[in-house]
Amino acid sequence: MRRIRRKVAVVGAGLTLFMRRALETGKELSYYAASQALESAGLRLRDIEAVVVSSGPDAFDGVHMKGEWLSDGAGGYCKPIMRSYVGGGSGVFSIIHGWYMVASGMFDTVLVVAEEKMSSCQPHPQGAFLTIFDHTLERPLGPNLLWIFALEQSRYMHTYGISNEEIALVSVKNKRNALNHPCAQVAAELTVQDVLSSEVVAWPVHRLMVSPVSDGAAAIVLASEHVAKRITDKPVWVEGVGWCLDTSYWGNRDLAYPRYVEYAARMAYEMAGIREPRKEIHVVEPYDPFAYKELHHLEGLLLAERGKAAEDLVNGRFDRDGELPSCPSGGLMGVGNPIAAAGLMKVCEIFWQLRGEAGKRQVPGNPKKGLAQAWGDLMQIGTVVVLGR
Amino acid sequence: MARKRESSPQNPHDVGRVMREIPERPRGTPLKDQDIREGKVSLIAWKPHLEYRWDSGVAISRFLLGLKEGKILGVRCHSCGRTVTPPRAFCEWCFRPVDEWVELKDTGTVNTFSICYVTWDMKPLEIPQIPAVIEIDGTHPRVGFLHLLGGIGEKDVEAIRRRVRVGMRVQAVWKSPAERVGAITDILYFQPLE
Ligand SMILES: [Zn+2]
Repeated sequence: MRRIRRKVAVVGAGLTLFMRRALETGKELSYYAASQALESAGLRLRDIEAVVVSSGPDAFDGVHMKGEWLSDGAGGYCKPIMRSYVGGGSGVFSIIHGWYMVASGMFDTVLVVAEEKMSSCQPHPQGAFLTIFDHTLERPLGPNLLWIFALEQSRYMHTYGISNEEIALVSVKNKRNALNHPCAQVAAELTVQDVLSSEVVAWPVHRLMVSPVSDGAAAIVLASEHVAKRITDKPVWVEGVGWCLDTSYWGNRDLAYPRYVEYAARMAYEMAGIREPRKEIHVVEPYDPFAYKELHHLEGLLLAERGKAAEDLVNGRFDRDGELPSCPSGGLMGVGNPIAAAGLMKVCEIFWQLRGEAGKRQVPGNPKKGLAQAWGDLMQIGTVVVLGR
Repeated sequence: MARKRESSPQNPHDVGRVMREIPERPRGTPLKDQDIREGKVSLIAWKPHLEYRWDSGVAISRFLLGLKEGKILGVRCHSCGRTVTPPRAFCEWCFRPVDEWVELKDTGTVNTFSICYVTWDMKPLEIPQIPAVIEIDGTHPRVGFLHLLGGIGEKDVEAIRRRVRVGMRVQAVWKSPAERVGAITDILYFQPLE
């Protein structure tokens, strides 16, 4: 990999409430998040040179070419604008997109906006997900989205001997962390027993191990080094980016280990000059649309030993005051899961954590480096960003 | 109108106040089901009418013809040495055409399974579906595809888990030759061999 010379900083962030159903349209949600991110950076829209807009399947909204439709709300009026979309991985992919627009030298300021409004899709947004399955070999079997998660969790548990009590603890931790997040949709104080008493939707997955359907938006402002230093004394640098897509023949893959997340992480670590991620990453926001995914991803990110993330979790390593706070925001399990916005929410959280501005969610020890990761498509993409100050 | 939250000033030209953290009251107006039932918000409904006819492609067409004859076919790549199913026209690793078609057995091993109690729109299912990834015998490394397990005759998680486990040997249960049309559903399900 070549050395990238131009540094890129995150200088502002904004977030709407995450809600099961918002009165606001996608454009309006985008506007809320984007204008808040600009305000927090002390910038106006006219200071922004280019825009990235990120959103999930057009089928959620029933609006074809949703990126263009959202562009006014994302501050894209008469600017170079780019849609960033890799399914669930989109939110973290969007900062990568914005990063290379600035790193290339093409632009000094880029506004990155991620929005999702899943509630419009009736009777359930899962209907939009059904079309990710192969039309000839899978859809005739009547699959639903829960299947692929349940199958992966089942293989993961079997391979490493992980119990559902351990998986349930992810829900407990994240929903509890989310009690301190002002945007949270499903924060709660629960016990492992509460989670395991919720109904089995697709064994081994219980209802409280699944993130909710959400509406919401998130935004960040990226700036080149000289602009960043002019407008803030606390720039947060994009130190590494990585992404990788595995095969869509998912029945041919090792479901117990997300190899593509590891490849994405290694790419980001190499760029960031990180040799020992477990020592050098101080706070992490792995993607947690289902409870087990946080553990699965921590292993792929090389932040836990293969098959040992559950043990680390039980020992408190990933608590907000643990050795490696994981999902201090509350994650998708606690804050909510408006797909693309949820990924960028994780980037916002690392930004606030590194600046010491995370309020009641602040992790101790003045973290210097953090990582956000998202995942998606047909369980095949990993998107990773390493931020530092 | 639904409950409206107070919000911070959002005039993009007023940059006097630089915010820290998330505002105490983030923007957004959550709706309740009641707001919709009582007609407090206006909604426009639309139902798309889209129809598709998908070509099965070069490789999968042949696979489907195999199913019609009661056979599971795979392909072999001499470059990486893999024998995989579902078949493909080219090896995605070596990026060259596959070398050989092979007939695999209709037996395999459960790689993973789930017991699903809801439909895609979250309606409860009385009889659960048991989706599984089946590693088909004769593939190397052992790979397979999504299908269903059947012939279990149980309904609740514990009873099914007593019958089904990862690593269990299974065999395809086929539709009768007259009923087969050249589709993945020509295999009704895989059932335990043990
Ligand atoms: Zn090959």
